[in-house]
Amino acid sequence: MRILVNGASREVGAADLCAALEELGYGGAVVATAVNGEFVPVTDRPAARLADGDRIEVLAPMQGG
Amino acid sequence: MLRLYDAELRSRLLLGTARYPSPSVLTEAVKASGAQIATVSLRRESGGERAGQGFWSIIRDLGVRVLPNTAACHSVKEAVTTAHMGREVFGTPWVKLEVIGEDETLQPDVFGLVEAARILCQEGFEVFPYTTEDLIVAERLLEAGCRVLMPWGSPIGSGRGLNNLFGLKALRARFPEVPLIVDAGIGVPSHAAQALELGLDAVLINTAVSQARDPVAMAAAFAQAVTAGRAAYEAGPMEPRDLAVPSTPVIGKAFLG
Repeated sequence: MRILVNGASREVGAADLCAALEELGYGGAVVATAVNGEFVPVTDRPAARLADGDRIEVLAPMQGG
Repeated sequence: MLRLYDAELRSRLLLGTARYPSPSVLTEAVKASGAQIATVSLRRESGGERAGQGFWSIIRDLGVRVLPNTAACHSVKEAVTTAHMGREVFGTPWVKLEVIGEDETLQPDVFGLVEAARILCQEGFEVFPYTTEDLIVAERLLEAGCRVLMPWGSPIGSGRGLNNLFGLKALRARFPEVPLIVDAGIGVPSHAAQALELGLDAVLINTAVSQARDPVAMAAAFAQAVTAGRAAYEAGPMEPRDLAVPSTPVIGKAFLG
């Protein structure tokens, strides 16, 4: 299916958020996730089923003031 | 000692981590500043580059407390969601809550700020709200559960110092027990010293250090200014007067005219 990952269109085979992160190269990374604007905690990722057109945000620690 | 929620801190300087020329300069600047709190943010991570992972390991090695912000959030929902994401990633209940209302000045949307603060405090966050010097907004933020306030000095990144001295003094006088951290607008160490001399509890500096020609030296200069300003406040500054008052005794002066 095609989903939007951080604003870019990506094709993924994974059906849930946890597997999709692995597939997209985020395995083991310290990131926080949201699907369609709603925060999805780490523990909920395996149960978070993805659908075609979903918008995923994958955020990591960054410089800030 | 400065107490912010349950943390006791020696340093009254909080340092932002953005816009340094390199990661090593950032590391050295944090050390030179003596800051025990560094602000951080969350941004989109690329699965290929994973830039955030390297940054996070640098910050962890510094051994400072992190204060995640909700920078660039314009709505309550955005700020609350960002706070949740920050809590998970950084493992802290602290959040520097920004709800931006206007892009030219980055002035906080104080209505959205109070609403977001209420939600987050109820959820157990320890909120550091980026606000103006407005007394009523401050009162509402405290009612919402905030136990620290972060009034602006002047617009973020402007380096204009304390724009509204009267307002900041009034805030200090109205809430003598609430830790007040001047956030935003401090450009040079004298601005920081001035804030501390007024009895404000701490300052948060970013651009003034990171954009200095020598950020590490500037971080050290700010550390001294903050220490001097606080010492001056505790020593009790004199009251300014409109007219001259001779400091050398007049009595006993020789008549030589």
